Parts: sequence; structure tokens; C-alpha cells
Amino acid sequence: MSLRIVVCVKYVPDATGDRHFAEDHTTDRDAVDGLLSELDEYAVEQALQIKEANDDVEITVLTMGGDDAKDALRKALSMGADKAAHVNDEALHGTDVMGTSLVLAKAVEQIGYDLVLCGMSSTDGVMGVLPALLAERLGVPQVTLLSEVSVADGTVNGRRDGDTASQRLSAALPAVASVTDQSGEARYPSFKGIMAAKKKPVLALDLSDLGIDPADVGLAGAWSAVDEVAERPARTAGTVVKDEGEGGRQLAAFLAERRFV
Amino acid sequence: MGEVLVLVDHVDGAVRKPTLELLTLARRIGEPVAVHLGPGADTAAATLGEYGASTVHAADAPEFADYLVVPQVDALEQVAKAVNPVAVLLPSSGEAKEVAARLALRLGSGLITDAVDLEAGAEGPVATQSVFAAGFTVRSRVSRGTPVITVKPNSATPEPAPVSATVQPLKVLFGSAATGTKIVSRTPREDTGRPELTEAAIVVSGGRGVNGAENFAVIEALADELGAAVGASRAAVDAGWYPHTNQVGQTGKTVSPQLYIAAGISGAIQHRAGMQTSKTIVAVNKDAEAPIFDLVDYGVVGDLFQVLPQLTDEVKARKG
Ligand SMILES: Cc1cc2nc3c(=O)[nH]c(=O)nc-3n(C[C@H](O)[C@H](O)[C@H](O)COP(=O)(O)OP(=O)(O)OC[C@H]3O[C@@H](n4cnc5c(N)ncnc54)[C@H](O)[C@@H]3O)c2cc1C
Ligand SMILES: Cc1cc2nc3c(=O)[nH]c(=O)nc-3n(C[C@H](O)[C@H](O)[C@H](O)COP(=O)(O)OP(=O)(O)OC[C@H]3O[C@@H](n4cnc5c(N)ncnc54)[C@H](O)[C@@H]3O)c2cc1C
Repeated sequence: MSLRIVVCVKYVPDATGDRHFAEDHTTDRDAVDGLLSELDEYAVEQALQIKEANDDVEITVLTMGGDDAKDALRKALSMGADKAAHVNDEALHGTDVMGTSLVLAKAVEQIGYDLVLCGMSSTDGVMGVLPALLAERLGVPQVTLLSEVSVADGTVNGRRDGDTASQRLSAALPAVASVTDQSGEARYPSFKGIMAAKKKPVLALDLSDLGIDPADVGLAGAWSAVDEVAERPARTAGTVVKDEGEGGRQLAAFLAERRFV
Repeated sequence: MGEVLVLVDHVDGAVRKPTLELLTLARRIGEPVAVHLGPGADTAAATLGEYGASTVHAADAPEFADYLVVPQVDALEQVAKAVNPVAVLLPSSGEAKEVAARLALRLGSGLITDAVDLEAGAEGPVATQSVFAAGFTVRSRVSRGTPVITVKPNSATPEPAPVSATVQPLKVLFGSAATGTKIVSRTPREDTGRPELTEAAIVVSGGRGVNGAENFAVIEALADELGAAVGASRAAVDAGWYPHTNQVGQTGKTVSPQLYIAAGISGAIQHRAGMQTSKTIVAVNKDAEAPIFDLVDYGVVGDLFQVLPQLTDEVKARKG
């Protein structure tokens, strides 16, 4: 039995760069170099491991993003994914999470899937809800925030470490899963992988291909709005002392002055 | 004023602190109404009333414990459609955020996650979010439908506003999706006896500089003397020295205590994302150039194995 996996990957501004907002309060995607969200590498890795453990698995990586987002797809392809799909449309600028989930759900349906794999959250929006929304829209189970995942006999199983308990989850395919950064280090692309990626197919999709009305997405179609953004004032420089044998006591005096002891 | 639904975060009726914060914030934008799912509503009602919830919609069914997320969405959707609230507030845990998202979609409403403050506005509730690793503050609002907003722990100080709470039993009609993801088994977290990381007034965290699981005793000793929770950087967690539940940062917990003490932590952007909004920040690091010193109110350049035990002893002496 064949297994079709679609891995959703986001192209994000590098978190170690100086991230900013543009005039319209959307993320400034030009100011800082972009990359494949590190947290989505874990999803690609788990897809590859499922492929290694099962027969006849095909992995498609999917992104919604501007022209540069193809770099994220290239990286995922060079890690070992089989093919890619890129949803790119002018009208998508400023789309909120509701619109993004609509677009990705339509794209996933068009590609065809048994399992959708996502990261635990993006590193820019960091909402961590897109996989749940995809499951809701697709009408399939969500098996999310997994630190361990496996697929066998038409079911997906995993371990979810929550705030108060660790849970073992199980659901029938088709399903949407997401994995955390505890699921296992992602592999580096090999030279062979990088060369092979250049020949792998990338399907280009726009809103009309997906049958989506542009009015339902973009900044104007968003169901939430940002009114104001402000850079957080830098913290006022504090006192830094060098320990000459009294550092602990000096620190205690500071804590006492601030009434913590 | 309209009603504001608050999803209660609890363990068998023991209400967790973030819920009291939500009830306090809810009173700024309307009248709080609690939704309690699972066992213990009668126990919880007293606490919920203490913080201003006059009504507690309560449902208990095996589905809540046996299946992931969707049963809660079904319940909240049912209450929301009956009550027609002005907003729905949920805690910003991984699970409650997923519940919030699916609920918002069903209600045709916008969603805001990880608010750190909330107030009434001319066009509905205005949320404050701390974004890009706490480098920016954003004010946002939901522009369509019933605002669904999740709020981070420690975003408000719980203020009592006692009323007597009436428990209204709720019979949930679960949809077919409710039983999609089975919770096969559940292992509760071990209780360390220390305060909850996200709720603690003081957090003491150790990083790669702690250099070994056994050395975390130095961090724990200081934490216990201060009545603090223990945190760890991802480097320390990845090395297997401390559990992942204690990780502070982008892929761990966000903490916003009165006092954050970082020992042997360099201060990478992903760590700062989880602690930058702490009121007072203190660091001990042997490298004077470590970026963590850019954030501190007080820093000691030195060996944590010298500084921390001395600090612990001194705190003990001052208390005694
Ligand atoms: C600072 C900031 C705050 C925001 N706050 C809000 C808000 O409160 N409400 C709101 O509606 N929108 C908000 N947005 C917009 C929202 O982040 C985007 O619409 C985004 O596309 C989806 O949310 P996320 O990036 O947080 O995804 P998450 O839910 O964190 O992503 C989880 C997973 O979904 C997949 N995924 C996410 N985006 C894509 C993509 N474009 N292509 C392929 N796979 C993807 C990845 O596998 C990812 O790991 C915010 C954006 C920013 C930058
Ligand atoms: C997508 C992503 C998500 C991430 N999420 C997180 C997260 O949630 N939380 C997190 O913490 N990190 C996270 N990271 C990792 C982060 O980038 C850093 O690698 C990590 O925070 C480093 O941990 P550290 O400061 O303990 O270690 P290091 O950076 O190695 O710093 C150790 C420090 O200890 C000091 N030191 C050593 N010995 C002593 C001594 N005896 N006394 C005093 N000081 C000493 C050193 O001078 C040094 O400054 C994430 C990274 C990525 C890419």
C-alpha cells in the first residue's frame, strides 16, 4: 500500500537577524535573509524516517510564500523529499492564520495525501495552531505536538508531552500530524542530495489553481488586524561585577535591595 | 456588558492559576462565564466564583479524557452558540491554543494567540502580543466574528471579585470528529514539589555551563532557598541534564517572573524569547562578553560553582 506524505514547510526570516515589520504591519521579509524554518526540518526528518521504515512512500514538500520561499523547498528536497509544491500569489500578502490554513488545506487536497506532517510552530508567527486548523478543515484527525511518531498499518501513533501529562496517541490515516524539536535531529543535506534536488519537480500553484477567491485571503481578507507595532525599548543597562570572591554576597545584597530576600 | 467565556484549566477540579488571570482580564471586557470540562466542576466553582464567574457551564464525559482536543471544541462551540459571548478566552498552552484555533474556525472568527495583556477597545478587545523573541510589542484585535484569544501565563495579577457561582450542567452532543484521535495512555508528570515554571515568581535556570546532570543540584539548592522554579536552556535539556518540561525559550516555556536568574547560559535569541519579559534579570556567567549580560539588571562575571553556593548560603543567612 502506498503512503503519500505532504510536509508543510515555511520560509521564515532568520531569527538571529534583525527582524522588523513593514509599513503595513506585516513581517518585513526583505530586511533579513530567509530560510527553511528550523522547526520544519524536524517534520521533513520524520517524513524521511517514515519513508525509510515503510515501502512505497512518496514525500511532497509544500510551502505557501513568495518567490524566495523556493529556497525552503530546495533545502527540503536536498534532504531527501521527492517533490515539491509552491503556492505563490500576489494576493496572499498579509494573510492571517485562518487564510493560510484555507490555502494549505486546498493545496494538500489537490496534491493528494494520507499523512500531512507539520512543524510544532513557525519561528516567526509562532502560533503553533496551523496543524490543528488543517485537521479541522480537512475533516481528519489531528495527532499533534509529537516528540515521537510512527506509521504502521494505516494508523499514525505518537507521544505527546503536555504540561501535566505525557500521552500516547493513535489515529487512523488520513491524518494531520506535527512534530516537536524533541523528535530527533534533522539530517544535513548530502552533496548527492543537493545535486539530486535540482532535478526534482516543483509544482507551481496560484489561487485560481486552488479555486480560492482572492477576497478570502491577504491583508483585507484577514479575520484579525494589527493596529500598532512598537520596538521594545532596550533594557536599561544594569550593573555587572566581576567575581573577586564576593560575587555571591554582592548578588545577595542586590536581591535584598530589590526585596527578593 | 456581554459575557466572556473562559475555558477553565484544571486538574480534576483544582483550578490552575492562569485561569484566575483569565477571569481577571475577562472582567475588563465583559462578564466572565466559566466553561469547565471534565470532573470536579463543583470543587472548581467556589474558586471560579471567588474570581468573578457567576456561571460555570460544566460538562463531564469520558470523551474529554479519552480523545484529543476535539471534544473540548465541540463543548465550547455549543456554549458559544447558546450564549453568544463578546469574546472567548483560553490559556496559551499547546493544547488550549489548538482548541482555540478550531473553535475560532467553526465560529467564523479571527484568532489571536499568546496575548500578554488585554483591554476593552472601541472595536472590541485589544490584545497585546510580545513578538519576534520579545523584541516587539504588537497591539491587535479580531476583526471578524467573536474574538477568540489565548493569553500567556503571568499576564495579569489575579484579583478576587467574589460572586456566588451557579453550576449549569451541560450535555455535549459530540460530532463524529470528536473520537478521531485516541489518547491510548497517559503518564502524569512527577510532582517536584517546586512551583510551576510558568507561574513562579522566581525562576533559577541553568545552561550548558552547569556541565552535568548531577551539577544541577547547585541550581536546585538556590531555587529551593528562594522558593523558585527551576528552568534550563535547550543545551542543558538536549544534553539530558534536565527534563524538557523545564526548558525555557522558544520551543520550551515562556516565563515572565518577577526575578529570573540565568546561570551558565549565554543568552541566545531563542532562549531570550522565553524570558526577556521577566521583571528583574540576573546572570552569572564566566564570559564577560556573553549576550545575556545585555539584558541584566545585575550580572556577575564568574564561575557559577563559586558564585551560586555563596549566594545560596547568604540568602539562607539573611532569612535566618
Ligand atoms: C509576529 C506575528 C504574529 C502573528 N499573530 C497572528 C495572530 O495572532 N493571528 C493570526 O491569525 N495571524 C497571526 N500572524 C500571521 C500568521 O503567523 C501567518 O498567517 C502564518 O502563515 C500562520 O501562522 P504561523 O506562522 O504562526 O504558523 P504555526 O501555526 O506556528 O505553524 C505550524 C506549522 O504549520 C506549517 N506552516 C505554517 N505556515 C506555513 C506556510 N506558509 N507554508 C507551509 N507551511 C506552513 C509549518 O509546518 C509550521 O511548522 C502573525 C504573524 C507574525 C509574524
Ligand atoms: C529553532 C530553535 C529553537 C530553539 N529553542 C530554544 C529554547 O527554547 N531554549 C533555549 O534555551 N535554546 C533554544 N535554542 C538553542 C539556542 O540557540 C542556544 O543554542 C541555547 O540556548 C544555548 O544554551 P546555553 O546558553 O546553555 O549554552 P551555550 O550557548 O553553550 O552557553 C553556555 C554559557 O555558559 C557559560 N559557562 C560555562 N561554564 C561556566 C561556569 N562554570 N560558570 C559560569 N558560566 C559558565 C559560558 O561562558 C557560556 O556563555 C533553539 C535553537 C533553535 C535553532
